[in-house]
Amino acid sequence: MFEDLLYVLGKYDTWLWRGFLLTIELLVISVTLGTLLAIPLAVARVSKKVWIQALPFAFIYVFRGTPLIGQLFMMYYGVGQLIANIDGIQDHWTWTYLRDPYWYCLLTFVLNTAAYVAEIMRGGIQNVQNGELEAARACGMSPSTTYRRIIFPRMWQMIWPAYTNDVIFTLKATSLASTVTMMELTGAARKIVARTALPYEAFISAGVIYLIIVYTLTFGFKGIERYLRRSEKRKEPKSGKPKAASA
Amino acid sequence: MLDLYGRGWQMLEGGLVTVQLCLTVLPFMIVIGLLGASAKLSRYRTLRVIGESYTVLIRGIPELLVILLIYFGGTIAVQSLAELISGEETRVDIPAFWSGVAALALVQGAFASEVFRAAMQSIPIGQIEAATACGMTPMQIFMRIKLPQLWRFALPGLNNLFQVLIKDTALISVVGVEEIMRKAAIGAGTEKAPFTFYLVAMLMFLSFTTVSLLVFNYLEKRAARGVARA
Repeated sequence: MFEDLLYVLGKYDTWLWRGFLLTIELLVISVTLGTLLAIPLAVARVSKKVWIQALPFAFIYVFRGTPLIGQLFMMYYGVGQLIANIDGIQDHWTWTYLRDPYWYCLLTFVLNTAAYVAEIMRGGIQNVQNGELEAARACGMSPSTTYRRIIFPRMWQMIWPAYTNDVIFTLKATSLASTVTMMELTGAARKIVARTALPYEAFISAGVIYLIIVYTLTFGFKGIERYLRRSEKRKEPKSGKPKAASA
Repeated sequence: MLDLYGRGWQMLEGGLVTVQLCLTVLPFMIVIGLLGASAKLSRYRTLRVIGESYTVLIRGIPELLVILLIYFGGTIAVQSLAELISGEETRVDIPAFWSGVAALALVQGAFASEVFRAAMQSIPIGQIEAATACGMTPMQIFMRIKLPQLWRFALPGLNNLFQVLIKDTALISVVGVEEIMRKAAIGAGTEKAPFTFYLVAMLMFLSFTTVSLLVFNYLEKRAARGVARA
């Protein structure tokens, strides 16, 4: 067992390393663009006007209510084929990009992340205390200034733990790219298994790398959480077991 | 269009398999979750460590990887176990359906244990003390006091988990179980109409998650009927 593990790690380390880099790349781009897209979605979602609210609601509902692998296949095979059927597209210079699964993966992951993050942002925005909004209005702040100075900072404080979970969710979601032939971490492990027929060694190596990424992220995000909450005075004692709260 | 090139029944069959998958995983997920939560809240350090590391491990690994590991690795494990017992070369095949169920139960059980742990901690400590004072054994306390209330506290979390479970069953198509996604892929391939088939698959999933949401909302209302509202 151990010789096999060393064999896999020794012979296929470059595959795993490249897979790791691609996983990180997919994660960083998806989370960054997904979060940027989520902000207008969430703001529109909390609008009091039904016709502004409807579109982001439908978008969030569909993307949260269907499996990511289905969304990915729909984009890559479904939309991909519709594009391929356009006359003359296959001779066009954009075709090299239009048939590359990388862009379909990224697009799907960005939209999916945006839907999940927008939903938690909606919760954050709606939970900003009314008194703070009234105070902002009393100071003469315009709605956009209120968002920038009051609502968004408060929202980030509140949603940060849930946001951390969503980032980890996106990391795990990137493993689906392997189903459309991308060679990220899971894809690399699957290829190693196909070559060596050593499923434990390959999949567990990949699993350990995922674990390292997840707990590095968790650690880093905890640090940012402390920074976001720097203005709050700590009242609760630092240690102690969580007590049973009365219902 | 409506009969999907004569494959409408195939898709419905796939839908049935998806429902079967969800309902088969559910009891395992609940039992593993309850065991995990009890381990995490146990008096014994070893059990606590086991419970915590289970969640820590599963939380950090993609579901797809767990499914692949159990599908490919599980066969080898069971096979060598069978050879060890019988002493001769045997060929064992774990059906993809059950390896998928095992993988999903393992993953969802870890998240369920967090839900149940939080629910157990929501039960007022005074009730447990009162039960102890009445001379109930820990088993009796669990059956009579904790379990009936657990349901109510855990329902919102379970609602969420069941949504995730429905969506995660789609991943099992990767190892060849003929549920909705797999049927859609077959249809898309043979009829050269991926957009149509995947669209139908997505609509089916959307209706499943919607129905699950409505059922759980009803159950949550029902479970709260004896509780005074603030």
